[in-house]
Amino acid sequence: MYLKPSYEIREKYLRKDMLPTIFCPGCGIGAVLQYTLRAIDDLGLNQDEIVWVSGIGCSSRVPGYVDFDGLHTTHGRALAFATGIKMANPDLKVIAFMGDGDAAAIGGNHLIHAIRRNLDVTVILINNFTYGMTGGQVAPTTPKGLKGTTAPYGSFENPFDIAELAVAAGANYVARWSVFNYLQGINSIKKALQKRGFTLVEFLSQCPISFGRRNRLKTGPELIKWYQKITVPISKAKNMSPEELEGKIVIGEFVDRDRPSLIEEYKAYKKRAKKMMGWEE
Amino acid sequence: MIIRGDEPEQIGLLKKLYPKGNYFMQGDEAIAYGALFAGCRFYAGYPITPASEIAETMARELPKLKGYYIQMEDEIGSIAAVVGASWTGLKSMTATSGPGFSLMQENLGYAVFTETPLVLVDVQRSGPSTGQATKGAQGDFFQARWGTHGDHPIIAISPTSVEDSFWETIRAFNLSEKFRIPVILLADGIIGHTREQIRIPDPEEVEIIYRKLPANEEEAKYPFGDVHGDLVPPMPLFGNGYFTHVTGSTHKENGLRDVYTPEVHDRLVRRLHKKIEVHEKEIQKWEEYYTDDVEILLVSWGVSARPSLGAVIEARKRGIKAGLIVPKTVHPFPGKRIRELSKKAHVILVPEMNLGQMILEVQRFVRDEVPIISVNKIGGVPLTVEDILKEIESSAERSRHRSAD
Repeated sequence: MYLKPSYEIREKYLRKDMLPTIFCPGCGIGAVLQYTLRAIDDLGLNQDEIVWVSGIGCSSRVPGYVDFDGLHTTHGRALAFATGIKMANPDLKVIAFMGDGDAAAIGGNHLIHAIRRNLDVTVILINNFTYGMTGGQVAPTTPKGLKGTTAPYGSFENPFDIAELAVAAGANYVARWSVFNYLQGINSIKKALQKRGFTLVEFLSQCPISFGRRNRLKTGPELIKWYQKITVPISKAKNMSPEELEGKIVIGEFVDRDRPSLIEEYKAYKKRAKKMMGWEE
Repeated sequence: MIIRGDEPEQIGLLKKLYPKGNYFMQGDEAIAYGALFAGCRFYAGYPITPASEIAETMARELPKLKGYYIQMEDEIGSIAAVVGASWTGLKSMTATSGPGFSLMQENLGYAVFTETPLVLVDVQRSGPSTGQATKGAQGDFFQARWGTHGDHPIIAISPTSVEDSFWETIRAFNLSEKFRIPVILLADGIIGHTREQIRIPDPEEVEIIYRKLPANEEEAKYPFGDVHGDLVPPMPLFGNGYFTHVTGSTHKENGLRDVYTPEVHDRLVRRLHKKIEVHEKEIQKWEEYYTDDVEILLVSWGVSARPSLGAVIEARKRGIKAGLIVPKTVHPFPGKRIRELSKKAHVILVPEMNLGQMILEVQRFVRDEVPIISVNKIGGVPLTVEDILKEIESSAERSRHRSAD
């Protein structure tokens, strides 16, 4: 696969007057943003027809950095805003850039309902196991026993597996990678962008400043090495026992299917209504 | 413009589906039809008594008009979807009641700050909390004004009958579109569930306003700038290649975030306020009855305005110079006009279905010149002509004594 030099991507898609970004040294969000822009570029998607939506958090700042229509909304609500955009103008392609706290805690209800409806949206989910922007509080994804400022002795709660949650709720496409798996990541985003219905690509993304420092993983590279240690490809995980999978995170493509999307269902619904009520075409 | 680009077809559809004439319907339904005539083609909502009939009517009618209806997972999501739809260019609405209105406050603030046109209907019910879910009230007067956090302007309108609900909903959309601001329609559970005769007009008889769009690329660069000198920026819609960035953080005229420069925040928030202040005359609306020689002035709104008028007419029959002013736009409040009238009045009575909310606005403008008396009723039962007449008579009695002293 040929990769364009980064500066070409930057020149083409970023708002220069918004740089530098707020991302800390060693942060993974910039890398995932690059994967997303490369996927858009590779597919030759029309910049005019894409709207980026986000909520609140480090990763939610992304719509401000990219030269597209963008709606930077309230904490957790991005997918509810996205529902209005996509339904009211189905010609637009909607990308939601979200964090784990944004998507799975405060926005958890919007997330599962957007998936249940099979809303036509591509979610790029940055999972750094913490609330980075607010200083490293425990998140609904923090692995049990790991620390945050509000879990100083290690989290005592069970974390969410967002990818599994999305599969169970009915998403059309779900994949999870770490930032380290860049080719797989770009390919998954490309796939997700081409599909109808709800698609989600989750990235384990390093936050050395707010998360790593408190868990003996002080730098970006240390976190990436840790991801390599704890991640298991889905093909391999199939043959592993629950005991062997303890403390591991499965990566790969979780589901790839074509259930009718919300937009398709609404079109069919209108047709059905017309037939039932005998309205003229 | 009713809807993107297909106006003649929409007018034809409205005429065919809802021919001009007399109909018998609930206040809630009148609000829904008002919205359809105003050009609303997107509705997102969540069921709640006593507002559900608005959602039900929209769910039934919108697909016939090439519109979109969706029931969201909660009220937070409902208003969020409405904001999203509005940025694609569809006039959009949601409706709820007290508890749902509380949930919407967060994104109502987002809509104010991002200057997103939308109409939020609050069919007020008895609170606090779940209260008397099926009973009407007028307890959200200040939730409409100050429910969302921070300095912000708002427009709120309150209709007084079923037919009025139809027309005031249209006015709510027009003000929202004209000034790029969310407008709250403060209806109530009593009018919402009252059935009355209303006249549905020809769509051509209805004056419809659509938001200003940028005339060119240059104007589109400033979605939050005073491009035309009227403080209302043209709204570049999503999907037009303008690459508009919309954020609930403090932003510059070009839409990009800047939360560090005090002047940027100051300029933005002051413009938002000034936008409403300088256009107050266009936004405000009130009705006056028997105020030329008024001695006992009633100030009432929404469902309480009707028994107030009944009581004023009765009082006049008994030789008492009572009069009534009914603010239709309740925020911004027509305080200046009430201050003028208060110069003639001996006493001001404020009948409302709460323990005294609009009266605080009256006091803000009138102060100590004349006694201001609350006429309250809570419990879900509306004020009656008798309730109010009794207060008018005792006030008349008191002022007779005073003048005899």
